[in-house]
Amino acid sequence: MKFDTPATTSPIDQLKVIGQPVDRIDGPMKTTGTAPYAYDRHDVVPNQAYGYVVGSAIAKGRIASINLTEAKAAPGVLAIVTAENAGKLGKGNFNVARLLGGPEIEHYHQAIALVVAQTFEQARAAAALVRVDYVRAQGAYDLAAAKDSGKPAPGFGGPADSAVGDFAGAFAAAPVQLDATYTTPDHAHAMMEPHASIAAWNGDKLMLWTSNQMIAWSVADMATTLGIAKDKVRLMSPFIGGGFGGKLWIRADALLAALGARAARRPVKVALTRPLMFNNTVHRPATIQRIRIGATKDGTITAIGHEGWSGDLPGGKPEAAVFQTRMLYAGANRLTTTRLSVLDLPEGNAMRAPGEAPGMMALEIAIDEMAEKLGLDPIEFRIRNDTQVDPEKPDRKFSQRQLTECLKSGAERFGWNKRDPQSGKVRDGRWLVGMGVAAAYRGAPVMKSAARVRLDSRGIVTVETDMTDIGTGSYTIIAQTAAEMMGLPLHKVVVRLGDSTYPVSCGSGGQWGANSATAGVYAACVKLREAVAQKLGLKGDAVFADGEVRSGDRRVPLAQAAGEAGLTAEDAIEFGDLAKKYQQATFGGHFVEVGVDAATAEVRVRRMLAVCAAGRILNPKSARSQVIGSMTMGIGAALMEDLVVDKRHGFFVNHDLASYEVPVHADIPHQEVVFLDETDPMSSPMKAKGVGELGICGVTAAVANAIHNATGVRVRDYPITLDKLLKELPEIG
Amino acid sequence: MKSFTYERARQPAEAAAAAARTQGAKFIAGGTNLLDLMKLEIETPTHLIDVNGLAFDKIEPTPDGGLRIGALVRNTDLAADARVRRDYAVLSRALLAGASGQLRNKATTAGNLLQRTRCPYFYDTNQPCNKRQPGSGCSAIGGINRQQAVVGASDACIATHPSDMAVAMRALDATVETVRPDGGARQIPIAEFHRLPGDTPNVETALDPGELITAVTLPPPLGGKHLYYKVRDRASYAFALISVGAIVQPDGSGRVALGGVASKPWRIEAAEAELPRGAEAVTAKLLADAKPTSQNDFKLPLVKRTLAAVLAEARG
Repeated sequence: MKFDTPATTSPIDQLKVIGQPVDRIDGPMKTTGTAPYAYDRHDVVPNQAYGYVVGSAIAKGRIASINLTEAKAAPGVLAIVTAENAGKLGKGNFNVARLLGGPEIEHYHQAIALVVAQTFEQARAAAALVRVDYVRAQGAYDLAAAKDSGKPAPGFGGPADSAVGDFAGAFAAAPVQLDATYTTPDHAHAMMEPHASIAAWNGDKLMLWTSNQMIAWSVADMATTLGIAKDKVRLMSPFIGGGFGGKLWIRADALLAALGARAARRPVKVALTRPLMFNNTVHRPATIQRIRIGATKDGTITAIGHEGWSGDLPGGKPEAAVFQTRMLYAGANRLTTTRLSVLDLPEGNAMRAPGEAPGMMALEIAIDEMAEKLGLDPIEFRIRNDTQVDPEKPDRKFSQRQLTECLKSGAERFGWNKRDPQSGKVRDGRWLVGMGVAAAYRGAPVMKSAARVRLDSRGIVTVETDMTDIGTGSYTIIAQTAAEMMGLPLHKVVVRLGDSTYPVSCGSGGQWGANSATAGVYAACVKLREAVAQKLGLKGDAVFADGEVRSGDRRVPLAQAAGEAGLTAEDAIEFGDLAKKYQQATFGGHFVEVGVDAATAEVRVRRMLAVCAAGRILNPKSARSQVIGSMTMGIGAALMEDLVVDKRHGFFVNHDLASYEVPVHADIPHQEVVFLDETDPMSSPMKAKGVGELGICGVTAAVANAIHNATGVRVRDYPITLDKLLKELPEIG
Repeated sequence: MKSFTYERARQPAEAAAAAARTQGAKFIAGGTNLLDLMKLEIETPTHLIDVNGLAFDKIEPTPDGGLRIGALVRNTDLAADARVRRDYAVLSRALLAGASGQLRNKATTAGNLLQRTRCPYFYDTNQPCNKRQPGSGCSAIGGINRQQAVVGASDACIATHPSDMAVAMRALDATVETVRPDGGARQIPIAEFHRLPGDTPNVETALDPGELITAVTLPPPLGGKHLYYKVRDRASYAFALISVGAIVQPDGSGRVALGGVASKPWRIEAAEAELPRGAEAVTAKLLADAKPTSQNDFKLPLVKRTLAAVLAEARG
């Protein structure tokens, strides 16, 4: 199905099942431990051996020699894979560093060997006996030092630079100016489930049970890396214990499981250990961002400039932190630049709202600072510079944009009028109390997505698509879509995901999954409805409801319509140029109240509210879960998350969950989420968008702005740990 | 993890003798720290002597009115004990500020005292660390050291001791009781139990090879207000940036011990004479010899401010 004209009314708009806050259909499996996660799949193939990954001890250089004698002789060892014996390997389209290093080493903890043994313990013990001599090389590990060597680099979704009007002239002439530099650190996905795979060869065919967000991309990259045909790879990833972008690609666990299984001539399972995950895999790169805003005295932005610097391994991509600034606020004279330096740290890559999450961390502090300079309420300043058109291409409208409504209704609900605009004035016992606000903005990209639906003689519809559920609720909203389209209750729909033998979906990334994957299922269901009608000889007026198809006086149960053979339909949603004609994005307002301990400067978030406008909300319950999860991650970015770089040796020092701190329950207060009523006929037949990344965009700056309101201290260097506040807090008695 | 042999100890002196006799032997109780370190091959014992079966799991009054805490009393049970909550609240508060509920259920009194440092370089076997591999160097000096010691450190090591419990015990002047391989008992004042790093940061306590902790005794109740403030980057389940354990008497005199600033709980009795003059005066004496780095110099004002808050709460 081609989607190239705005959606009109369809059966999906009945909202009998779609739009309802139903429980996730996979919930009981997860809570009873029966959902099959990759590393737990003892049942899928017998005789599984265990692989243990050895990571490089240096960040850059080469292996002078590698001695496997002791390791090979250790109890239980079946095989050891290294670059020397792995044969010729390609490199996947989505990998920057090689997944098996040696002799050249590209980053710390790059995998250099896999030890395969009868048991996990044997593999781990033998891995410690692999003796490696390295020759270290000088590397670049300091973004600030490498910044000026940065080159223009395009990111996902846009060119490196953009310019409108005369930014320099307008900024210089502006009566009120802000010129500030912000930094965001490297972040780890730190998902609960580590990267894990089981590989088994059946002749020249590879079976891979893994944890992966993008099945088709990863089949292709696996085939490329191994130098085999794509149809020789079957990849299955039905359940994923969190990904956040870290599992968009194949990683060392998948490749080494395949190589280990080939070497050991039996199935091999590999999980990355937690200490390895921070440097072996990918992360959200650190940024330096300079923001300049010029405005008239009444608060109209006349010039807005956002420059971003980040680093990655040679051949890598930038953290595109300036892209949202092209879209968020009006202003006649504009400038954005993206510069990428070479750094020899582990590979930078996508993490929840790549670009926009760190970009909004900076931009939305800058807006707060500018409002303060203007003596304007920060909400009023944002509303004054709101726009209904793409500020760089004013003839291009937003399909829907309710930013002002989000901010206004949020302010009312949160009690924003109780905020003292003077910072450092509100005290509650030992706490300095402040409120902060930020806009939320995240694009709403769409991707082609296919599905197959089968109606069987029991009246059950089974949906198959290689879409993944990374904890987001894909199973449930796909079931809701099929149930709505076929006139069935939810329990009559079976959803099967994450298998490369199923039709190719959009996968889970960029918050496109919910809208695109359900639109693909919608397309397949339209075909299935046609097949049912055709089989029964019905005209175009067939109604699917209550497990029946009805036309005039005729009512046929779907089970009967399917017959013994059943009926199958397959289709894909393909998107035309509506996304080019209209800028499609999601919006929100984040409101945060913090307390800052007057003595210790410890920050505790006291309450939060997000008001979101993101098209039709397919399931308010799972959507809310996505947003509160994002808000939680945003608190992490505001207050504690920081992959600390040892700039001498080039690695993230805090590579475990004891030292890479993410929020715990005690850090998270009551979180409220409100979705504004919205349907977006430009987005898809579902009229939906996504919310999985919207929630993290801006919330971090709202925390920072609340801290400023509480203390008067403006920190532009994330995370806002207490040592950055302490010096500027008043003395205490 | 390296292969090891294992035995269950039946009798304390026998266990100590076995530990002294067997090269590379270690005791194991809760295992919350040791097992993690073994998986990473930071600890590589060849033989584990499991002391969980020994009868060290009681909290009993001592003849002089104090409390004797068995070495195997779990942190959860110790924190919840009515006598500890009433008479030694600083200890309850410190325990509950540490780790997580699950870990406290497993972790023992003796094991808590014997925790190893959480310095990230100690945890990464690719990096030099004098504590892990004597003579290899200290990566934290000149590296990442925001969490590390500001006082009592040496050119060989700037690691901190991670325990909260030990800070409270230092404020209480507890005594560590042991049994030695020859069967003799020994009492070690908590002040002398943990060592400064000097040239041998790998030697962390006053225990001799094989010597087994049997109990920790607390002196008779001291009265006063018992407070423990732990300052950290998140609200729970994080090691202290600094902590302050204090016992403050109605007349303003009292005791102060610090965590997160040194390789041992940090207390200087002479500094306590300054309590009537306030937090700044006490801190000045407590941290007179501090040599912070540019990353952790915030700990000095943080101690002062936290102590001020503690004293304000004590005054009510």
